[in-house]
Amino acid sequence: MSLDSKTVAHIAMLARIKVPEAELAALAQELSGIMTWIEQLNEVDTTGVEPMSGVLHRNLPQREDKITDGGYPDKILLNAPDAAHGFFTVPKVVE
Amino acid sequence: MSAELNSLTIAGALDGLAKKAFSATELAHAHLKAMEKHRDLNAFVVETPEKALSMAAASDARRAKGEALGALDGIALAIKDLFCTDGVQTTAGSHILEGFKPPYESTVTANLWKAGAVMLGKVNMDEFAMGSSNLTSHFGGVGNPWQRKGDNRRLVPGGSSGGSAASVAARMALGATATDTGGSIRQPAAFTGTVGVKPTYGRCSRWGIVAFASSLDQAGPMARSVKDCAIMLGVMAGHDPKDSTSVDLPVPDYTKALTGDVRGLRVGIPKEYRLDGMSPEIENLWAQGAEWLKKAGAEIKDVSLPHTKYALPTYYIIAPAEASSNLARYDGVRFGLRMPGESLDEMYEKTRAEGFGKEVRRRIMIGTYVLSAGYYDAYYLKAQRLRTLIARDFDRAFKDVDVILTPSTPSAAFAEGENTDDPIQMYLNDVFTVTANLVGLPGISVPGGLDSQGLPLGLQLIGRAFDEETLFRVGGAIESSANFTARPAGY
Repeated sequence: MSLDSKTVAHIAMLARIKVPEAELAALAQELSGIMTWIEQLNEVDTTGVEPMSGVLHRNLPQREDKITDGGYPDKILLNAPDAAHGFFTVPKVVE
Repeated sequence: MSAELNSLTIAGALDGLAKKAFSATELAHAHLKAMEKHRDLNAFVVETPEKALSMAAASDARRAKGEALGALDGIALAIKDLFCTDGVQTTAGSHILEGFKPPYESTVTANLWKAGAVMLGKVNMDEFAMGSSNLTSHFGGVGNPWQRKGDNRRLVPGGSSGGSAASVAARMALGATATDTGGSIRQPAAFTGTVGVKPTYGRCSRWGIVAFASSLDQAGPMARSVKDCAIMLGVMAGHDPKDSTSVDLPVPDYTKALTGDVRGLRVGIPKEYRLDGMSPEIENLWAQGAEWLKKAGAEIKDVSLPHTKYALPTYYIIAPAEASSNLARYDGVRFGLRMPGESLDEMYEKTRAEGFGKEVRRRIMIGTYVLSAGYYDAYYLKAQRLRTLIARDFDRAFKDVDVILTPSTPSAAFAEGENTDDPIQMYLNDVFTVTANLVGLPGISVPGGLDSQGLPLGLQLIGRAFDEETLFRVGGAIESSANFTARPAGY
């Protein structure tokens, strides 16, 4: 499958990674190369084969629904690039 | 004596400590000195000498008072920079996490410290564990202490656990923690003449390890002998309620598996691992490995894993898909790098463009694409179905054999710049290792010998789920037959 610049721009937007206009074509070519290599999977007939999402064939354990951790906002904010008044901050999102 | 303390095995060092031939402090000093001497290898991202010396002093105090000692008391280790360490920078080799000091400790490293181990520092790696050369690290490549005969070009130590491998091979650490998502422990072990173990998925807790592909990632040890890896894994492994995929099974004493007795054991040779154009040296080593085990009394049997050739492309859908989801958390809000933007989206896009390196951006985009509307069934679901077929291959093979023997890598270590421009060429490094991750099985790489250029080559064993003991038993037998005593010149 060959990806065009428009598709790559769309993927970049979905992934929230800025890709300069001038780099789109080269990136499209690179990703197309990888996707073409991946498409050898189409040689295999997988009709009726169950998809496998993980290797553990057991139910995930459950625990009582109670708070077991927390109560240290300072530690949580310790690595925030721009914390203020006990909160994370982001650019203004409401006009 | 102290000049050579850093050349001991973990087992040898534990013995010397018990006999009071030297102290944990002297052992730590010997390693800190080696780290200083070999800084040019760029194996460490952060050195923690103060921590090392205070942990060593605490170990010495425990020993002097006759207090209970842990299984690794006083043993100096390097920690892959993917493991969160309380108050010590943890970057995953990425600019986006530069300066990040986790306020908590990963379960695996906490287990090591509880057992008395000493932390030397954090070691370099491919960014977010995505790579096979250590060249994708934001902090630069790592030198392999091994060089080709008559050629002083710097070789890569493999990846992603390149710093772990180089620090162990260069005698800067007695052992190191590492992680393996597609071969990131076994390939660097093979490239540096060290032993590396990828345990069964669920054996070690993933809590506090920076996530790459959550259904594939496993932590494991790297060291200079099979026994050392057995000692380390015994401490690292175990159930952890904080990782719902860590399995609640007892952890055996892996060192007891090192009986050397492989009589009657059935060893499978998968014919699909014989690649077109495979180097005769790799093929010879593989045959040699089978011969060693046959001589030791094992039965060698051909097995078939028909979907082997589809494992890598399957991996390159599943791993990027999971990574694109896991790495969504790096958004410039809660931790790590932040690039200012006018809007929230612009801040995200600029932060992630600046913070992630080329290979990571590439994989996030592939992952985003294969999960996106209209392509999910054709790619992601297809890969998940292939994963089932690959798992069935192994189920069938393990009805006939107890362990599978393969080469660890298709080549010896390569130089920086060789083989490193084309992503698919680079991905092929993991052709023999990636299957074990897709199906969750344990694998070990043991040095088998040197090639004609004087570089180490590794043999891989793949075992049944939670049967690391057989890997240690057979790995130990290969180790004694190979009698690999070569050391990189100058280390």
